[in-house]
Amino acid sequence: MSAGAAQGRAGFGRAIAWVLLLAGGLAMVLPLAFMFSTSLKDASEVYDLRLLPAHPTLDNYVTVLSDGRFLRWFGNSMGVATVVTLSNVFFDSLVGYTLAKFEFRGRYFVFLAILSTLMVPTEMLVIPWYVMARNFGWLDSYWGIMFPGMMTAFGTFLMKQFFETVPNDFLEAARVDGLNEFTIFWRIAMPLVTPALSALAIFTFLSNWTAFIWPLIVTTSKELYTLPVGLSSFAVEQQIQWELIMTGAALATLPTLLVFLALQRYIVRGVVMAGLKG
Amino acid sequence: MAGIAVERLVKRYGPTQVVHGIDLDVQDGEFVVFVGPSGCGKSTTLRMIAGLEEIDGGEIRIGGRVVNRLEPKDRNIAMVFQNYAIYPHMSVGENIAFGLYTSKLGKAEKRAKVEEAARILGLEDLLERRPSALSGGQRQRVAIGRAMVRDPAAFLFDEPLSNLDAQLRAQMRLEIKRLHQRLGATIVYVTHDQVEAMTMADRIVVMREGRILQVGSPMELYERPADVFTARFIGSPTMNVLPAAAEGGGLALAGGRVALEGGAVPSGGRVLVGVRPQQLRVLEAGETADLLLSGHVAVVEPLGSETFVHVEVGDQLVLASAAAKAAPPVGTAVRLGADAAALKLFDAETERAL
Repeated sequence: MSAGAAQGRAGFGRAIAWVLLLAGGLAMVLPLAFMFSTSLKDASEVYDLRLLPAHPTLDNYVTVLSDGRFLRWFGNSMGVATVVTLSNVFFDSLVGYTLAKFEFRGRYFVFLAILSTLMVPTEMLVIPWYVMARNFGWLDSYWGIMFPGMMTAFGTFLMKQFFETVPNDFLEAARVDGLNEFTIFWRIAMPLVTPALSALAIFTFLSNWTAFIWPLIVTTSKELYTLPVGLSSFAVEQQIQWELIMTGAALATLPTLLVFLALQRYIVRGVVMAGLKG
Repeated sequence: MAGIAVERLVKRYGPTQVVHGIDLDVQDGEFVVFVGPSGCGKSTTLRMIAGLEEIDGGEIRIGGRVVNRLEPKDRNIAMVFQNYAIYPHMSVGENIAFGLYTSKLGKAEKRAKVEEAARILGLEDLLERRPSALSGGQRQRVAIGRAMVRDPAAFLFDEPLSNLDAQLRAQMRLEIKRLHQRLGATIVYVTHDQVEAMTMADRIVVMREGRILQVGSPMELYERPADVFTARFIGSPTMNVLPAAAEGGGLALAGGRVALEGGAVPSGGRVLVGVRPQQLRVLEAGETADLLLSGHVAVVEPLGSETFVHVEVGDQLVLASAAAKAAPPVGTAVRLGADAAALKLFDAETERAL
């Protein structure tokens, strides 16, 4: 086969890859672009499906932001997602680390038990959660919204897998240097899994930021609504004013973008191996 | 600094016993090297001394104090690991200072200790760097620095040079030996490399299958190995070991014979004859020696300073050394010879020295 033909084949393969990637990229970006575009249109223009608004306006943003409820829901979502994320980052890691690095009777059983809860769909858990929240008096409270997600089996599993890649030499060196077990976990093991922690933080924040069903069920007071619940109630009340809903949604995506931008560099950086042979 | 004593030390993993009641006394300030093949229990023994493995029997004393049940941090020892185990998220300076994490020294004193260790190890200009920006040898020096600042009772080294290339290994060997001379520290060092053991140790401990075979200075082990294993393990290249049978006051070998005085071996007894390649020479025509072997040259390995000649004697390859430019070509029939004083005799059954 000539070099030209081989090159031609490689070029064709590349072209196909580009087309597929482009299609995938457009499928991801278009709804977002449409959301931002609609948020800049006035009511008369909403059903005109052009991507660029004829008369762009920020009135929708003024309307949404001057509605005190939106800011309240935004704050609720932010608070709930932040607390749950911090809780997951800490407790999932603590349990994952213990399962990965300590030998004890029943370790495997505990791990399997945690893992098996992954197979139960959220829809099935909603009723037991509700009964639990009612019995403990947690209905219609921030704690009620947060408690089911404070620790997750997925996070524990993810962190366990990552902690297993941390060489024991690091931990043993610290043990010989006189650190207690918690300090070893906190000062040595945790910094070595920052990529995993970032990933876990992003997943947890996103899933709590967008959580809908459980906050809808557990809250009744409007002041406790999270943003998705609030936005949907917005839609009903306002007889579906798409430009306002899209504006709310556009504002709602900002924190997730910020979280991703802030943490993504840690995901890419492979910290663990740097201190070992190389 | 302090000595380390180990008595009847036992370690089991489930039903498998990996260390079989070993005894050893490491003197204050002594450099002791554990050497042996993979799985011989040398690292396990070191880790038991460090407190990283629990012991299943016996006693460990550091500076006269029994430490069997003490946590690693309470044993006042420092350890350097094969993978260096320097923390990638901390700078060189922070890594070295980490050895003082639990110390009650003031900030200025801590900094002074870190700077002193950095000066001794030639790391002064690298204190701000991250480990990822260091070479293997520099990383290992950081690990040693972290151990040094603690002024421990003893240093434990677990195959610290295994991940370095040959040149760097030779350099670090020298540095560790000089560090020992300078600090006068008690060092227990584990390696599978007999060159490291020979060049650095005050005493070498040869281990095999969880037991100590022989303890002695490098030259003692080289000149008076207690068994075939030690004889072959210590010294490079490996000692030739040839089966022989006593016959008429001497020994008969496949392809040769040994003239022995005084009937050192009972008639009919089977022995193993050990001779180091450096003491086995290619004989000139008409020259004779106590040990005589004849065969054909199979492979010639010139090293520059000398040349190794592999000779097929009977069905065995025997290694001899020749002067750099005097090696016979492949295929030549040659006679090899050595003096009786250079021979080591071992019992063929027990493989112990006779």
